[in-house]
Amino acid sequence: MEAVAFIHEQLTGKKEFPKFKAGDNITVNYKIIEGNKERIQSFKGDVLKRQGTGATATFTVRKISDGVGVERLFPIFSPNIDSIILNKSGRVRRAKLFYLRERSGKSARIKEKKMLVGAGKKDKKAAK
Amino acid sequence: MTSIFEPNGKQTACTIIEAGPCVVTQKKTVDTDGYDALQIAFGEAKVKNTTAALVNHFAKASTTPKRVVKELRNCSIDKQLGESITCEIFTEGEKVSVVGTTKGKGFQGVVKRHGFSGVGEATHGQHDRSRAPGSIGGSSYPSRVFKGMRMAGRMGTDQVKIKALRVVKIFPEKNYILISGSVPGHNGSIVLIQN
Repeated sequence: MEAVAFIHEQLTGKKEFPKFKAGDNITVNYKIIEGNKERIQSFKGDVLKRQGTGATATFTVRKISDGVGVERLFPIFSPNIDSIILNKSGRVRRAKLFYLRERSGKSARIKEKKMLVGAGKKDKKAAK
Repeated sequence: MTSIFEPNGKQTACTIIEAGPCVVTQKKTVDTDGYDALQIAFGEAKVKNTTAALVNHFAKASTTPKRVVKELRNCSIDKQLGESITCEIFTEGEKVSVVGTTKGKGFQGVVKRHGFSGVGEATHGQHDRSRAPGSIGGSSYPSRVFKGMRMAGRMGTDQVKIKALRVVKIFPEKNYILISGSVPGHNGSIVLIQN
């Protein structure tokens, strides 16, 4: 295990992505190579899960495209990921949101987690 | 195992192997032993768990007791007694073979052990035949079962050699190398890498 930890430390460079978890709505900008041309395509959807540790960690993003559910899995340390933008953080009670697959329309929505930026305890009470 | 991203962006599964240092513990020559060979040793062992004969054998090469000793016939590596071989004999992108002992599977039937497909159907009144070996030969002639007939039995713990595996990356500071794909044996087992 010591060897695995060492190799993962070597392979996982510093990535400047925002912190995100299951339930968050993100946009992944990833590189596509067509012939010898490279362009960037984006994929916007909800994060269903984050899976794995170290260099092999991945996350799954789900979106509804033309009424059809589309899921895409990205390795976090893939060099093909250009950037990740956090659009909304969702309020969910599970780490894996597979239940979203059976739902559609209104019931497939995720509530947004609202946070008071820079608010202390007193301010939070006042806000209530 | 782990995975690594190649320059073309593809993810490759690879195995982490601690490749050395292997100490040269004896050099056999045609004059003294009748054949050419290089004896190498790997892994630390306790003195109390090593026989006195081996402790002295290692002392001759001015090294500490080692876990495994292996003889390489007609080896092209030019090292003197007591010198160690590190992962730096490999280069990235090179093809190597890995020799190891596979995981033991215990007593297994013919479906798992030899890839038979079983007998009969699951329905139409049949039962207990779906993983059976079927016929093992004639009756009155030849009145025996031919040698080498594939049957159920102990599976695994065989020495196998996997050829043409690629050295993906080398970490000289810790003697670790990454080899594409899987190698025989369980985690922590000892393998021989040939280039």
